[in-house]
Amino acid sequence: MFPGEFDYYAADSVAEAFDLLDDHPEAELIAGGHSLLPTMKSGLANPDALVDISRIDDLQGIDHGDGVTTIGAGTNYAAIADDDTLWENVPVFAEAASEVGDVQVRNRGTIGGNLAHSDPASDLPAAAIAADATIVVQGADGEREVSADDFFFGMYMTDVQEGELLTRVEFPHQGADATGAYVKKPSPASGYAMVGVAAALELDGDTVESARVAANGVMDHAVRLDPVEEAIAGETLSEDAFEDAAADAAADLDEAMMMDDIQASSEFRAQLLSVYAQRALESAAERSGAWSA
Amino acid sequence: MTEHDITLTVNGTDHDLTVDARTLLVHALRDELGYTGPNVGCESTMCGACTVHLDDRAVKSCTVLAVQADGADITTIEGLTDGSTLHPIQESFREEHGLQCGYCTPGMIMTTKQLLADNPDPDREEIREALEGNICRCTGYQNIVNAVETASSKMGAAAEGGD
Repeated sequence: MFPGEFDYYAADSVAEAFDLLDDHPEAELIAGGHSLLPTMKSGLANPDALVDISRIDDLQGIDHGDGVTTIGAGTNYAAIADDDTLWENVPVFAEAASEVGDVQVRNRGTIGGNLAHSDPASDLPAAAIAADATIVVQGADGEREVSADDFFFGMYMTDVQEGELLTRVEFPHQGADATGAYVKKPSPASGYAMVGVAAALELDGDTVESARVAANGVMDHAVRLDPVEEAIAGETLSEDAFEDAAADAAADLDEAMMMDDIQASSEFRAQLLSVYAQRALESAAERSGAWSA
Repeated sequence: MTEHDITLTVNGTDHDLTVDARTLLVHALRDELGYTGPNVGCESTMCGACTVHLDDRAVKSCTVLAVQADGADITTIEGLTDGSTLHPIQESFREEHGLQCGYCTPGMIMTTKQLLADNPDPDREEIREALEGNICRCTGYQNIVNAVETASSKMGAAAEGGD
């Protein structure tokens, strides 16, 4: 399987990328290419032109500032997963990055591509929501900031508009009394999430003050699991608390709208959602040191 | 369709070549440059038989455009040794019978090479996780994991100047 014919342009800067997109409005963006190239090779996508943004230095890097970490859109998953400071301060997102695909995919795929593409089975959208991330998008009129809660709408649908570029993602640091985890049931061949749950917990000793819990893979875009958040808030960390909170994981979700394919039926995904919501809470609690299995 | 003049440094040798925009790195390596070590397996980014190193990191060369690799240092399986002796990873795969048909093997070894560079003494769980991007239809993986363990002790022993 080969991609079809297309014209290829490489940008050295964000400004040049915008110029190229103006000159070639039919062009798709490519960075790591590990979502785009497979679709081009299988004939599902056939862009006439590609604008490569993978060499733009301004889109690279992880910057730890005062209480916030900023990750450039072009940063690959391996670099994110290798960042010890990120594991300390935003563990839910570091763990999600470490769980994407496999070693080779993590060496090429980028955070910007993952979030902008919003594949239902990807891992970072739920983790971005749980981490309360802010996604920065640049367009002709300048920059705008979008909360992760407001960014993902539907299958492959995000708040990035025509002619805009996702340039960076900002993560508030969780405090010392906070913890997070990402767990998933991967497809054995592709490594994509059949179901993946991200949990970020604010703790007071061994009591949960508040939680942000979100899931990939079960709906056509990443969704918050409000019932789990409400159920676990105020609870003392315990096996029973996790199980009870996770039991309602699918309560707000319409099973008729759940992903249903040859890998897993919607019923199975609904069941997996409870299982992995429980595992996410357990894993986050273990990581905090305030509880162990 | 655009054509591009690129330079790929493969196993230490510079190659100037002209490729179509659509040419995948694995095809540039195999068909244009004759490095038939990396294999085309699944065509869908899953099997890892095409794994090479690009600037010292394992990548699936079927999912990189050759133009994107312009200026990069590529290492294929052919580049592990001088051709007359086996690399410790290759020896270990032979000794531990970590291959049958051999089709996945170049990719398995190149991913192993990155694993042992990042983590010289992995446990069996870590080995299996590191090889998640490489699929084998013949062996059932047990001997592959054994081979990586053996390679890790050969390379560890060499590093310490042991026997």
